[in-house]
Amino acid sequence: MMMSSTKKIWAIILNTFREAVRDRILYAIVFFAIVILLISTVMDIITIGQRAKIIIDMGLASISIFGVLIAIFVGIGLVYKEIDKRTIYTIVSKPVARWQFLLGKYFGLVLTLLVEVAAMSTIFFIIVFSELGRIPPVLFVAVGMTFLELMLVCAVAILFSSFSTPILSGMYTLGVYLIGHLTRDLYQFSFRFKGTFLQKLMLVLYYFFPNLDNFNIRSQAVHDLPLAPGYIAFSIAYGLLYITLLLVVSSVIFSRRDFK
Amino acid sequence: MAQIALELKGVSKTFRSGFAMRAVQALKGVNLTIQKGEIFGYLGPNGAGKTTTLKIIVGIIFPSSGYIRVLSQRPSDVAVRQRIGFLPESPYFYEYLNAQEFLDFYARLFAIPLGVRRERIRRLLKTVGLERKASEPLRRFSKGMLQRIGIAQALINDPELIILDEPMSGLDPLGRAQIREIIQRLKEEDKTVIFSSHIIPDVEAIADRVGIIVDGKIRDVGNIDDLLGTRVQSVEITVRGIDAKLTSRLAAKAAVKRIVGDHTVLVVDGPEPVNEVIDAIRAGKGTIESVEPIRMTLEDLVLSQMRKDAS
Repeated sequence: MMMSSTKKIWAIILNTFREAVRDRILYAIVFFAIVILLISTVMDIITIGQRAKIIIDMGLASISIFGVLIAIFVGIGLVYKEIDKRTIYTIVSKPVARWQFLLGKYFGLVLTLLVEVAAMSTIFFIIVFSELGRIPPVLFVAVGMTFLELMLVCAVAILFSSFSTPILSGMYTLGVYLIGHLTRDLYQFSFRFKGTFLQKLMLVLYYFFPNLDNFNIRSQAVHDLPLAPGYIAFSIAYGLLYITLLLVVSSVIFSRRDFK
Repeated sequence: MAQIALELKGVSKTFRSGFAMRAVQALKGVNLTIQKGEIFGYLGPNGAGKTTTLKIIVGIIFPSSGYIRVLSQRPSDVAVRQRIGFLPESPYFYEYLNAQEFLDFYARLFAIPLGVRRERIRRLLKTVGLERKASEPLRRFSKGMLQRIGIAQALINDPELIILDEPMSGLDPLGRAQIREIIQRLKEEDKTVIFSSHIIPDVEAIADRVGIIVDGKIRDVGNIDDLLGTRVQSVEITVRGIDAKLTSRLAAKAAVKRIVGDHTVLVVDGPEPVNEVIDAIRAGKGTIESVEPIRMTLEDLVLSQMRKDAS
């Protein structure tokens, strides 16, 4: 039973990945590679002694930005396209539970991102290695954390696309992404309004929205600083828990939907 | 006693749409029982509720109320779909896949083992006449080819119950004939087939029983012969050698349908006045060439139900 469920989800994962690959989304990697290579040569002229730090900073930022763009733009259309083009009729009429379908779509997108992040990181590591003669281990952790953040953004996109149109889902997901990077500031800022409704609102937002800064260790990576192991473990647990919660909510919404 | 493949009792469906969530009742207490091994034609005008009924049966939408059993199980039960095949109306498929990949994807959704999968895909591509297009991407397929590959995906699990929503729509006569042949072959294999269609002659040709739905309600259901009966609607009499005086004398009982040379085709409304008309023709020295009873067609029945609803 469990085995057959995994097989069905895997079929949907592969189909989603195949669709993304044949839609030429992964060609964005080539664009990324060219951009990062161009930037690192330009940096040689305008920076003195900071070149490696800037390459690391910009490289990690590029992986994150390109990844988020793909997670949002592919993620929001993933479920909607199946409904709009009515391909979903042939899936939900098969012995596939709706949560299995949603999970398949989600992990299909995650697989696409994994390949993309792996390719982008390879180019990034080659450039770093050619600059420093080594790859600081913290960079692997930083890329891993970025990937976890992308997985969370995908889950947010899937949640919105399980009941909304792509444009609205895109706006909502982008909103969550931006707020997600501001929640820590929101938390600190809330104490200026101690005891007021505004403080409560800010705290609700802080606890409700994902704290995406948990996955941002770019400054440690740039300055090659050590990482507290507890912090990484906490961030991973936080990310996985949040993703699980989002997927459960998406599945509940999706399971009750009529496909007209 | 025949086993029941599908049972619907008092099934209703209300959709809410627009900003004001206006209620639209698509099905109004549908009752339907379909036996195993039957080919059931589901007829009705656009928007009558055919697709809604079929979507409820396969679990794409949920009924607002009513009792449904598909192969003795609830449609919400995922396990029952292991035994069902479904082709949606005007299907769009993953155009980036080729025919073989496409069928393989659906076979995987049934967790069919690799060996069985390969053999079944090969056999189905042959059944639907696409064995030479196995490696061609679906984006290059014509409407007819898409419909045929759609039927192949509906049969990938060797289902007991096959539900086809407008399988003949948009097809040329040859394409329609191919689909008819496939459905007839399924009957020979003791499968239950439910299909909706606008093309009434196709339904008449292959369905054992039909159901007519108009405005969300089943208006008629039964064996085609029973529904149409043996009742003669009108009688066409072709005669030779009658003059205008005689035709005007017969006008109350027989209307002139057409005149070709010295042949006149008269239409008598119902069988009762036929003897009287024939006697009058003979008395007027006319020669009767043929007498043809015109029976009600399925199309007449559907139209009469639609008109009844409109009035």
